[in-house]
Amino acid sequence: MRIAVLAVQGAFEEHEKVLWKLGAKTVQLRKAEDLKEKFDGLILPGGESTVQGKLLRELSMLPALREKITNGLPTLATCAGLILLAKHIADENTVHIGTLPVTVKRNAYGRQLGSFHYANGYFQGVGAFPMEFIRAPYVESISDGVETLAAVEGRIVGVQYKSQIAVAFHPELGGDSRIHEYFLRQI
Amino acid sequence: MNRQYELNKELAQMLKGGVIMDVTTPEQAKIAEASGACAVMALERIPADIRAAGGVSRMSDPKMIRGIQNAVSIPVMAKCRIGHFVEAQILEAIEIDYIDESEVLSPADDLYHIDKTKFRVPFVCGAKDLGEALRRINEGASMIRTKGEPGTGDIVQAVRHMRIMRRAIAQITSMREDELFDEAKRLCVPYDLIQYVHDNQKLPVVNFAAGGVATPADAALMMQLGAEGVFVGSGIFNSGNPEKRASAIVKAVTNYTDASMIAELSEDLGEAMVGINAEEIELLMAERGK
Repeated sequence: MRIAVLAVQGAFEEHEKVLWKLGAKTVQLRKAEDLKEKFDGLILPGGESTVQGKLLRELSMLPALREKITNGLPTLATCAGLILLAKHIADENTVHIGTLPVTVKRNAYGRQLGSFHYANGYFQGVGAFPMEFIRAPYVESISDGVETLAAVEGRIVGVQYKSQIAVAFHPELGGDSRIHEYFLRQI
Repeated sequence: MNRQYELNKELAQMLKGGVIMDVTTPEQAKIAEASGACAVMALERIPADIRAAGGVSRMSDPKMIRGIQNAVSIPVMAKCRIGHFVEAQILEAIEIDYIDESEVLSPADDLYHIDKTKFRVPFVCGAKDLGEALRRINEGASMIRTKGEPGTGDIVQAVRHMRIMRRAIAQITSMREDELFDEAKRLCVPYDLIQYVHDNQKLPVVNFAAGGVATPADAALMMQLGAEGVFVGSGIFNSGNPEKRASAIVKAVTNYTDASMIAELSEDLGEAMVGINAEEIELLMAERGK
């Protein structure tokens, strides 16, 4: 199995390490021609969504990526990746990939001093799962057809819509690979 | 190891592959954000101007920093003087995302760095070799950058610091385990940090390049030498076309091995910062704080 990892900016190596541990191969997407490679799934990692979105646009990667995801490419998006996928960003006019019908709120917990570890997380289909939130977003509202996979104190932090899974936290950081396994099982 | 320290190291991981830009006004901060900066460093004067002005250089006015925090949605960093823990307390009070305990400002203490373990807010510190890097990490830094020679536009010092650090890491990696104790003694750092480097072939925190980066090629050079991201100080807003240069440096960091793309990015950038040869300057900021 070959998984593409968006590698324009952010914590993409951390995802690759988890995938390697699970026996998957990875390919980094840094420019338009990398999208011609064959792959079975896609990971949109954490980082700065403004930077990643701008690079996707200026490196002419956005249309092809959007098309692949719309056509059912299994996708796991974390933190900034969730913002890239969202159809609406609260208080902003920006849309990046825009294939996930949710409204996401950026920096929803404030600055770095608002970052937190949530020990009692629960992820539908996986079970108890500790979660790292770093200047994290959350999902403010979802459209029909979007399933909530995780919530923290009443706020949605994990969703699935068709082949797209998106979370506000960082499953690649805690050393627990069960969400990646859950993703790989969908492929 | 407390939770907040883990979260602080993780924020640095999110900045990887990105460019952190020095800005002095909300307008510059917006330009930096629009050009693809993954964070901005708010300061009153860029290092080149600090160097030119001389005198004592201190933490920026909190009001000015707040103005920049309100102008952008990306993380905002700010500098305090080496050893000046009250400046750091002030920066924590205004909820800065990262404090740079920086040799660019005049040191407030010629012996002690800040005990960064006493803070919840993260710190980045400069280092010119592995010993300095690990000593800063032991004091609680959750991110390291090369010192380079700020405000010069001369990349030579950053290259030297990165090479020295990479070489020391390679040496420790190849040591027998019974040699690590003596290495810890030699570098004046705790054994467990040396053991981490030995086992993982890297620092326990993210390591960026800083000091003298002025062109897309400089940034790509530092990435190829092993930097995980780049700080650009005076190089952007002291150049002819800041927006274009900033954008080009961001893309060069993403595609740092693609020479034909970097060639394209290097075209028509206008005047680079004039720069000072690091051999010709009297004040070596990198010698501050060891």
